[in-house]
Amino acid sequence: MATEAEVFESVVKILTPFVKNQEALASVKKETHILDDLKVNSSRLVDVVLQFEDTFDIEVADDDIDAVETVGNCVSLILAKVG
Amino acid sequence: MGKELTPAEVLALLPQQDPFRFVDEIVEIDEEHVVALQCFRPDADFYRGHFPGNPVTPGVLLIEAMAQAGVVAQGIWLVTRDGGPEAAEKLVTVFTDADVEFSGIVPPGAQVRIEGHKEFFRRNKLRSRVQMTLEDGKVVCSGTLSGMGVPR
Repeated sequence: MATEAEVFESVVKILTPFVKNQEALASVKKETHILDDLKVNSSRLVDVVLQFEDTFDIEVADDDIDAVETVGNCVSLILAKVG
Repeated sequence: MGKELTPAEVLALLPQQDPFRFVDEIVEIDEEHVVALQCFRPDADFYRGHFPGNPVTPGVLLIEAMAQAGVVAQGIWLVTRDGGPEAAEKLVTVFTDADVEFSGIVPPGAQVRIEGHKEFFRRNKLRSRVQMTLEDGKVVCSGTLSGMGVPR
């Protein structure tokens, strides 16, 4: 089973192509806000979550996508799904 | 209640109008795909400048035509299937991203066939693989285009 650190690393890797603030990416942590800090376009959240689903073989409900704000939220969401 | 609209009903709901409508007819549409036809009128004003003496349909308009069919029309079908015709009127589709490649030109007066296949439709975001061909079947533009329905 993936550890929290491994999931965090995967989440950052998946977010990276969509990040416009490289400075925030360099110091990314669980509290980092995906839209406000990393400046990811909100329309890309769906792309990001689809990659979570493929990478971790999980299903994420559309309502859960709305609740995702920080990198830590992504990690928690994934860890809860992979059990 | 939702309803599966006919091609003509979807075309009637397409918000883009002349002179920025680049879908003449929708010939097929369902949950997974759309096929549309468009003739670029040879008297269109943009040919005067693109290019003088050598008119070529601008690539951005080919992308727009592919987006109107593959994203907006397909999106209208999906949204109304779930929420009825009024659901389409509450949303406006914004173009979010595209990755396209050109492999030919569209001369004035040419009719093109646009075929889109849904990749995903999640949380009102639609991504489709779309291809535009000339009447002889030659592919002139292809790629993936995405759009998102947002409240008006």
